[in-house]
Amino acid sequence: MGQGMALQFKHLHMNGIVKQFPGVLACDHVDFDVQAGEIHALLGENGAGKSTLMKILYGLYRHDEGEILLNDEPLNASSPTDTIARGVGMIHQHFMLVPSLTVVENIALGLREEPADASFISRLRSRSVLDLGRIRKKLVELSETYNLRVNPDSPIWQLSVGEQQRVEILRALYKGSELLILDEPTAVLTPQEVDDLFLILRQMADDGRGLIFISHKLHEVINLTHRITVLRDGCRVGSIATQDATKEILAEMMVGRPVVFQYDQDAAKRGPVRLSMQNVESVSDRGTPGLSGVSMEVHAGEIVGVAGVSGNGQKELAEVIAGLRVATAGSVTALDKDITNAEPAKIKSLGISYIPEERMVDGIIKDFSVAENYILRDCTTQHYAANGLFMRFNKIKDACEEAIRAYAIKTPHTSTKIKSLSGGNIQKLVLARELSSDPQIIIASQPTRGVDIGAIEYIHHRLLEERDNGKAILLISEDLDEVLLLADRILVIYEGQFVGEVDRDDVVIEEIGKMMAGSAQHEMA
Amino acid sequence: MQAQTRLSWGWLQRLADFFPVFIAVLLAVITSAILLIALEADPFTAFSEMLGGAFGTENAFAETLVKSVPIMFVAIGITIAFRGGVVNIGGEGQMIAGALLGAAVTLGLGESVGWLVIPLALIAAFIGGGLYGAIAGFLKAYFDVNEILSTIMLNQVAVQLMNYLLNGPMLDPESAGMNHIPKTARIAEIAELPRLVIGFGDNALFDRTRLHWGLIIAIVLAVISYILLWRTVIGFRIRAVGQNERASRYAGFRVKQQIVLSMFLSGGMAGLGGAVQVLGLQYRLQTDGSPAGFTGSAGFNGIVAALFGGLNPLGAVPASVLFGGLLVGAQKMQRELGVPAAMITAINGIIVIFVVSSQIFIQRRMQRRAKLEIAAVEKNKFEDTAQETG
Ligand SMILES: Nc1ncnc2c1ncn2[C@@H]1O[C@H](COP(=O)(O)OP(=O)(O)OP(=O)(O)O)[C@@H](O)[C@H]1O
Ligand SMILES: [Mg+2]
Repeated sequence: MGQGMALQFKHLHMNGIVKQFPGVLACDHVDFDVQAGEIHALLGENGAGKSTLMKILYGLYRHDEGEILLNDEPLNASSPTDTIARGVGMIHQHFMLVPSLTVVENIALGLREEPADASFISRLRSRSVLDLGRIRKKLVELSETYNLRVNPDSPIWQLSVGEQQRVEILRALYKGSELLILDEPTAVLTPQEVDDLFLILRQMADDGRGLIFISHKLHEVINLTHRITVLRDGCRVGSIATQDATKEILAEMMVGRPVVFQYDQDAAKRGPVRLSMQNVESVSDRGTPGLSGVSMEVHAGEIVGVAGVSGNGQKELAEVIAGLRVATAGSVTALDKDITNAEPAKIKSLGISYIPEERMVDGIIKDFSVAENYILRDCTTQHYAANGLFMRFNKIKDACEEAIRAYAIKTPHTSTKIKSLSGGNIQKLVLARELSSDPQIIIASQPTRGVDIGAIEYIHHRLLEERDNGKAILLISEDLDEVLLLADRILVIYEGQFVGEVDRDDVVIEEIGKMMAGSAQHEMA
Repeated sequence: MQAQTRLSWGWLQRLADFFPVFIAVLLAVITSAILLIALEADPFTAFSEMLGGAFGTENAFAETLVKSVPIMFVAIGITIAFRGGVVNIGGEGQMIAGALLGAAVTLGLGESVGWLVIPLALIAAFIGGGLYGAIAGFLKAYFDVNEILSTIMLNQVAVQLMNYLLNGPMLDPESAGMNHIPKTARIAEIAELPRLVIGFGDNALFDRTRLHWGLIIAIVLAVISYILLWRTVIGFRIRAVGQNERASRYAGFRVKQQIVLSMFLSGGMAGLGGAVQVLGLQYRLQTDGSPAGFTGSAGFNGIVAALFGGLNPLGAVPASVLFGGLLVGAQKMQRELGVPAAMITAINGIIVIFVVSSQIFIQRRMQRRAKLEIAAVEKNKFEDTAQETG
């Protein structure tokens, strides 16, 4: 792609960047630089200021102090329009796509075609008419070149999270960004997709582009990047060449203490069956079969992991159990009660917690405060509401503050609107809420997506603790490492069916990988 | 330098947010002025008459308040519905439903229960308007019927039902058979809401005006509604559903019931507004047969007042007074200048159109901004607050 393309980008310097939010110093005199051809990783705990620093670079936020130099010239951007014009691109942690528009239309948003010549008519034309057909063609070429498969004509709302991510990457590629910021691009991708992405990113770096890569997954950072800069509490801890880095060194730089990556785990003490599904079928958002005959059981005191490539029915599986999606056939039983297509309210009252995959849509109400979101599921309990009516703001605040301490959630205040928290902190709050009601069954969908290693460690410990307390846990994760680490039993899902079951002790990773890709399907049946 | 750019940013931002409303008012005034000039009336005299007519004298102000009372009730109700994510355009119909039931109870009880007839009639009116609103809520929640359409159609149904009842079963026996106006009998004196007088003796404010206790009821309800929305679990759930149905459903709220509930409360408020017109002002239920014959369009004006009031019940109170002033002032202007009566409706309509479209404009602009760069919006907001605090 890049051959013959004359790239302007030489280097970027950010010097002494300061950004103050109400109650939070998000960036505290941060220095940062990227060279052409370099992939530079930005590491740090949730709320360390990574996204903020990048949003400043991209022109979304204005810094209070410091300077940004692109190729030694000041980048005085007042909005992304300016930075995009100078070749900066950003892929956000939370997608910025319009759900009702198609992939092509989303790419076309904000694009302006080059006028064919300098005449007034063609300038006017290029400003007022978008040739969607041409955009579509170029898009298809691009997605074939980089092996980013996505149907250009599907509306965004029909796409899985992973597919939406691909659209975001395509959009940045389409705009020809030379300095590309990727804010946790892999959080939603499958291992195979991550490998594909890395090929593209390396190719882009070889072309002479600069790449900034944010991730909480240390092995990715070590695998992909050339240099690593670590932030903590808005300050730059230091930079290190990737060849000198190990997981342990990085973790300690980030958290300020050594982090454990393996847990000693007692064998599961399996109790009675708590949750079971019999031949459950359901339809996906796209109208295609989402689940086609799924049966399984989760016992008290065990973690059952569901491994699989994104979009193979994981979302439907979780939503059917939580009562948010209709099961068109089969039955779901929890705690010896039939909950097939029961109201979410009833399912919840039985003691089933659900940590949703799309926390920004399903897990929180963006314009509500942190405290309001914390009590969302329990707002009627006597503890939070006198006579189940008048809200006890002091109690709510106390409980929320306790959760904030326990889960180390970074927020200026309990009354802060939750949408201003960093992604990982939102996830922690959802988790805190879901575990606070002492549930018997926990459905955890991507529970550590976008969460920093310190917090992952904590969340994993919590899940294992719940398991040892006799809870039945269904862990749905596209992060195979996580499933292998925590699950006592692993079910592999492919095209809406379980194609294999593996016991913790008999795991052969290659086998699971094959099943996830669908090749073991026939042997299974 | 850096600080300066930030400052000017915040200013621009704030100005831009209010700009549409100012522009809207300005455009409305200009458009009205053109209409007035076309009618050979002096726009300056016209607008000063209008202002004086609304707030110039004690009596004028009292009339303004009288006019604003039903608008206030509806606006409070609309606020609840909108907060719950339901676009209730049925204030007219819900007012009528409340007034019909309230009047029926008042007339049926007569003097038999003494002053207790007032609370009983008001409760009946609340239930009447509430159930009428709940119909649209039910249709939306369970059959996915667009509430804007259903509430507008239910307005028509209510008007025709009232016309039928006031020409037949509920017709005042004394005027039956003659070339009558559709109206019920006069209510018992004990059922009348007392006149509202502030202070004692000769200096008392609003002595000898038509202002009644409906105003106080409305203000109390505004406070109660505020508490309901922001201090109780009921309001918490209503607002949650209004903001994010999916998250609410998953949090275990019965979303369908919440929608019906917010429409019930919303309609109930409008219903009270209808009954208060009967008990406090007209002392009977009467209409001229036209759609706004009884309500005076308070059911529609309440929507604008609710938006004006920032979808906050407490804001609905002053917003309604402003709106009442507009109506009364326009009447005065029409009398003084001798322009056709239709001019009032025209000016009101113009103002409503401009203000509502400015609201839509603001929303669109915010959505567009949000769509393009969600974060950019947050940034501006926080920079504003950062300035205020720091
Ligand atoms: N718009 C905002 N208004 C107020 N505070 C904000 C805003 N954006 C971020 N913050 C705060 O600034 C801090 C840094 O947030 P940022 O999003 O940069 O963290 P992050 O390093 O990207 O974390 P994560 O790994 O969770 O994405 C956090 O404490 C966050 O709450
Ligand atoms: Mg971030």
